[in-house]
Amino acid sequence: MDILSLFVIVPILIVLALTFFAKDLKQARLISVVGMGIQFAMAINLIFAYLKERAVNTDIMVFTKDVVWYETFNIHYSIGVDAISVVMIALTAVVLLAGVFISWKIDDLPKEFFISLIALSSGVFGFFISTDLFTMFVFYEIAVIPMYLLIGIWGSGPKEDSAMKLTLMLMGASAVLSVGILGIYFNSNADGGPLTFNIFEIAQVNIPVAAQNIFYPLTFIGFAVIGALFPFHTWSPSGHASAPTAVSMLHAGVLMKLGGYGVFRIAMYLLPEGALNWADFFLILSAFGVIYGAFGAVMQKDLKYVNAYASVSHLSLVLFALLMFNKTAWTGAILQSLSHGLLTAMFFALIGMVYGRTHTREISKLGGIMKVLPFIGAIYVITGLAYLGLPGFSGFVAEMTVFVGAFQHPDLFRRILTIVVVSSIVVTAVYILRMVGKIMMGPLSNEEYKDLPKATWFEKTGLILLLIPVILIGVLPLGLSEMIKESLQPFLERLL
Amino acid sequence: MNLESFLLMRSEIGLLAILLLLIIFEIFSNKKQKAAVIPFAIILLAINTALGFLPLAAGELFGGMFRTNALLYFFKTTLSLGVLILLLQSADWLKEKVVDENKASEFFMLLISSLLGTYFMISAGDFLMFFIGLELATLPVAALVAYDTYKRISAEGAVKYILSSALASGASLFGISLLYATTGTIYFESMAEILASSNLAILGFIFFFSGLAFKISLAPFHFWTADVYEGAPINVASYLSVISKGAAVLILMILLFTVFKVLMPVWNNIIYAVIIATMFIGNLFAIRQQNLKRFLAYSSIAQAGFILLGLMSVDQLGATTIVYFVAVYIFSNLGAFGVVQAVSSFSDKENINDYEGLYRTNPKLSLLMMLALFSLAGIPPLAGFFGKFFLYTAAASKGYYILVFIAVVNATISLYYYLLVVRAMFLRQSDQAIPYFRSPFYMRLGLILAAIGILVAGVYSPLYDYIFSISNTFLN
Repeated sequence: MDILSLFVIVPILIVLALTFFAKDLKQARLISVVGMGIQFAMAINLIFAYLKERAVNTDIMVFTKDVVWYETFNIHYSIGVDAISVVMIALTAVVLLAGVFISWKIDDLPKEFFISLIALSSGVFGFFISTDLFTMFVFYEIAVIPMYLLIGIWGSGPKEDSAMKLTLMLMGASAVLSVGILGIYFNSNADGGPLTFNIFEIAQVNIPVAAQNIFYPLTFIGFAVIGALFPFHTWSPSGHASAPTAVSMLHAGVLMKLGGYGVFRIAMYLLPEGALNWADFFLILSAFGVIYGAFGAVMQKDLKYVNAYASVSHLSLVLFALLMFNKTAWTGAILQSLSHGLLTAMFFALIGMVYGRTHTREISKLGGIMKVLPFIGAIYVITGLAYLGLPGFSGFVAEMTVFVGAFQHPDLFRRILTIVVVSSIVVTAVYILRMVGKIMMGPLSNEEYKDLPKATWFEKTGLILLLIPVILIGVLPLGLSEMIKESLQPFLERLL
Repeated sequence: MNLESFLLMRSEIGLLAILLLLIIFEIFSNKKQKAAVIPFAIILLAINTALGFLPLAAGELFGGMFRTNALLYFFKTTLSLGVLILLLQSADWLKEKVVDENKASEFFMLLISSLLGTYFMISAGDFLMFFIGLELATLPVAALVAYDTYKRISAEGAVKYILSSALASGASLFGISLLYATTGTIYFESMAEILASSNLAILGFIFFFSGLAFKISLAPFHFWTADVYEGAPINVASYLSVISKGAAVLILMILLFTVFKVLMPVWNNIIYAVIIATMFIGNLFAIRQQNLKRFLAYSSIAQAGFILLGLMSVDQLGATTIVYFVAVYIFSNLGAFGVVQAVSSFSDKENINDYEGLYRTNPKLSLLMMLALFSLAGIPPLAGFFGKFFLYTAAASKGYYILVFIAVVNATISLYYYLLVVRAMFLRQSDQAIPYFRSPFYMRLGLILAAIGILVAGVYSPLYDYIFSISNTFLN
């Protein structure tokens, strides 16, 4: 078995093990934690294996494998990774393992919870390793649909409606995406070759510009809805607010990254002329999303809503950077994806811990939590500071790279947009500092909070797992960005 | 005619033999042995289905009135498998409700006669054979719809079905007579050569098409569907929605792709409009349904709209995909109807609200229901996803992107109402949830077969590739 397929097979095996062997919460979480631990170790191993392989192998994708699936349509199960997919896989593995730790005490239908969570992860991993449009699409949908059950069964608040809205919007987007994919497929013989779903074979073909102009927006929107593109972001705040902690973590931390990844690897890479022709339109949308998300976050009273709107803002920044068409901005976009994935997962985990103890997420009702929960409080402050871009953490590295890259563009329109978007940093500082200040510092808001239980070992493990890469990226960004930049070469050749 | 060529009718002869054996059994069994007809009929049909997996040569009989080839043969075996699953799912209902009234063997005879009718209908080589097959497939079902004799709604459904189907057959027959008037032949092959695009031919085609559209329950010929499904016993509704619909789709496809190929500019537009109307009407009405039988009726109307997408590409790709989708659809719908049947025969409950909290009491049934509904909605890795995606592909291959776009919008609408059932089963909790029960052996076997079909038919690609390799047999 090759190193990449294992990422899909191991989750399936864990799901089977859970189905047949898990009897109660203890067994379910033991199987999950062991399985996700294996997955995590595989991801770490993959990074080193990739670096080793990359030194001798100059193909676009390494560890490739290709098996014919549907011969009639020339559909293949073809896989391979470059640096971008490798870091995304690592991100997924970290957030997933942390998510399992955070869900240690899930009491209602624990077995089903872990089954859904892990089935979803097999979709995410499959998506990141696929190099065939059809296979990728299959994995994409597998990653989305368990969300309905996860939010609907284990969520809080108006969970049924949030789950329905999220599922319908994301599946609607993927329906639009399927039209885009078919458009690409039936134009993949434009140079006389066979019809193909293989991304790198399609990249050799000059798809007619007229077709690109039609199918680019379909493909772009199809992916960007899950990346919270304004005005299709409305599923995100309610969905994240209603979801249980681990699901919010995984969704905001990993699933929303599928959007940016798909936009970059499929929409922009395969339809370059369409991308250039539509760039301004989507650039304005994503710039608006950055500002709108930031101001939206300022207005919220519920902690989870603050973080959900902040995610809209930060992920619109990813799309914004991707649409800037230069190497630095693209590197920044990927770093931002990573950094946001880790930080937002930490935030959701922390909010979940506070909520689990105080039973409220309203900012006005919380205060002075730092005094009773020093560990959670300290991590909360660190996460907040990293989120607003304090040097030394991943947030700073990512945003700095994005803005430097964006501003490099000689075009006046883009520079003005960049300046507008940069101003969102100030707004981010407003809501983060206000939130952290209000709930962590100051006098204790409620006498009952005095005896809140301290952070448990599994909560600490989950948080530290996420914190380590945040600091690593912040302190040693160079190796990572070099690794990513190398893999951007094929995109540069095709898009610039 | 020698024996060898006579054996081309192997599937039909098999069904006839089953019918005769059932009659003999009925005559020679005493009252105590009546219940044994259930395993007897199931085993006979299972043997006949198993024989369907043996290869069979292509050929013609009776001067071209009856013809068979690999694709038709495959399709017959699929239908037979579908009926087998259906019989397994009905065994319990028959034992509880029907055997005492001494009507169990009639049930099997009527059902198998109707199946025989669909066989003759799809194997027809001329319009006469086609019509006989169509009637044989339709009339026994009318009796089956009224099987709950003492239920008023059942009798109403049967009357509705027989009246509408008489009208539809009449329309079809009138269309055939007009086509005969223009060409002077009723044989498919010679008509395909002679038929030219004239007003009379178009008129004839339209009448003919509306008759078949009734069988497939395409809009605007769908009005009978929900009432009949609601009135009929669940397994009969299930038979109507998969077997008779699937066979009608296949013969429609064969005729459109061969006999009426010359009229393509005309029927293309008709099908285009019918697809859009059928999908929207099926989907929008399904949203409002509370009774699961009516719900599945409208869902099956919408599915018919999807199936027709394959007709838009008049080539091997479309033909393959339609056959594949019908096979997949049989498994998915039988899964859904099977669960409804199981729950209904235990508790007499058929409304979506009654399913609230079902997962906590009956996890396996709920899981299967979810798989079946997700397969109908087109969620990977279940078979329905592949079927739907390939239907889109078939339509897109001829550049009908706008139609595909409308179809995917409808797929999203359909996901909404399928999720309503999932919501009731999984998300809700209820004090009056249907308590845990264990289905009888036959029912479990039927459900497991459907589940295997749903899980395997998609991911296991050789099935599609096999259909592709045999589907050019009728396209010259």
